[in-house]
Amino acid sequence: MSLALDLALCALILGVALATVAGSGLFRAIVFFIVYGLLVAVGWVRLGAIDVALAEAAIGAGLTGVLLLAAHGRLRRLGTARDASHGAHLLSALAGAALAAALAWAWFVLPLPERPGPELAAAMPRAGVENPVTAVLLNFRAWDTLLESIVLLAALIGLWMLTRERDWSGRLGLPQHSRAGGVLASFGRVLPPVGLLIGVWLVWAGADRHGGAFQGGTVLAAVGLVAAMAGLVRPPRIGARLWHVALMIGPAVFVLAGLAGAILAGEFLTLPPPIAKPAILTIEIALTASIAATLAFLVLGPPEEGRAP
Amino acid sequence: MADLATIALTAAGLFFFVAGTVGLIRFPDTFTRLHALTKADNLGLGFIALGIALQAETWAQVARLGLIWALALLAAGAMAQLVARTALEREDAE
Amino acid sequence: MTLWLTFVALGVLASLAGALWRVWRGPREADRMMAAQLVGTGGVGLLVVLAPLQDWAALDVALVLALLAALAAVGFVKARSDDGAGDPEEAPPTPEMMRPRQTRHDPRGRHG
Repeated sequence: MSLALDLALCALILGVALATVAGSGLFRAIVFFIVYGLLVAVGWVRLGAIDVALAEAAIGAGLTGVLLLAAHGRLRRLGTARDASHGAHLLSALAGAALAAALAWAWFVLPLPERPGPELAAAMPRAGVENPVTAVLLNFRAWDTLLESIVLLAALIGLWMLTRERDWSGRLGLPQHSRAGGVLASFGRVLPPVGLLIGVWLVWAGADRHGGAFQGGTVLAAVGLVAAMAGLVRPPRIGARLWHVALMIGPAVFVLAGLAGAILAGEFLTLPPPIAKPAILTIEIALTASIAATLAFLVLGPPEEGRAP
Repeated sequence: MADLATIALTAAGLFFFVAGTVGLIRFPDTFTRLHALTKADNLGLGFIALGIALQAETWAQVARLGLIWALALLAAGAMAQLVARTALEREDAE
Repeated sequence: MTLWLTFVALGVLASLAGALWRVWRGPREADRMMAAQLVGTGGVGLLVVLAPLQDWAALDVALVLALLAALAAVGFVKARSDDGAGDPEEAPPTPEMMRPRQTRHDPRGRHG
């Protein structure tokens, strides 16, 4: 019975993936992609990877949907929302198939990684936190996470470079508006406080159980976007200093903690047990602020003049 | 006893979920389909959450189930109004 | 109990699969969006059922999904407004909008 459930879930995920790429119509593909993110999150839960499921739920079923729908709306307003040519379809299908084949090849050719179970279990007392995922991300393999947080920042800078000269001093994204006291405005008022609570809790709980800076930060970015789309909070300008601090604080605190490790333990980014727990928590909180701000700004897009309503 | 109640409540929940899907497939237009979706499905989720709450091990889990249902209701209510209004204003049959 | 809950999970999954037909069929964008919302509610229900079967932590994933369930719909109505940043409720309803719609009853729901 349990096997039937997993088989049904797999079939559904594959079916939705196929419907996303095979059908005609951009809008349909976008909606299928949103559904795909949702089902994949359920799949991760079945695999016992709650941390990944949380991230997939917030990114796949949340932020990506808003981003793609906004892009589709823009294409429509520009009058270019139509399917690509057959040639472009063929090309992207070939590229996708090649990537899938390369991944499959790598899967079969490379030796299966030994499960890190015994070594990780032996190292866990030195980690400073109970959640093995957090221990790996922020302590044992902290380099990867540090560079990822910098990649995210670089992506935002790249996006901002696309801003037109005359919009540079404007606020991020389109000027959002809504009917005062309407459903959208009320929804934008009710949701963010609850989301703030859940986001902060995910970060806090992430040290000892599932959750963490990325999951919490994504949830915070999503509810911040809801408030912005409801026209309740105005996004900042590119030049806003306070927000530069928010964008930079994650990587900056990470590097500082790494330097502290270099002094105390003799190696950059090594967190010795006495400072491990406070250091990880500080990095997590700072990273959350940076991830939340960066993701929200990425989805909002560069400043743009909207037409007056 | 709690197990029997769980079975009855989740059965009711499953019934409403299936009813919602049947409505979504068979109702004749966009606006009638909204009913199937927002009413039947959230009733189904409520029954299932109630049934599972009887199996919960801690009160925190029960509270979480309550919050999940409240958020689903809020989302469905807001979404129904906004999407219906958009559908009224725009004829976009493809 | 495990057997029954697995059956319920399969049932919710089946009802979710049914909603995918509406995402495929449309015909209107609002229909596809609504069907996606139904899949979202179904996914939350599925995770709630999985909690006692597998891991109570599934509730936290369900919580995040329920919190962000309407995000895509909000993005949709925004993108569908005139300037891409509006609210469908801003303009008062026109008489044309309020006119009763003629809907021929067609149980197959072939027109919208």
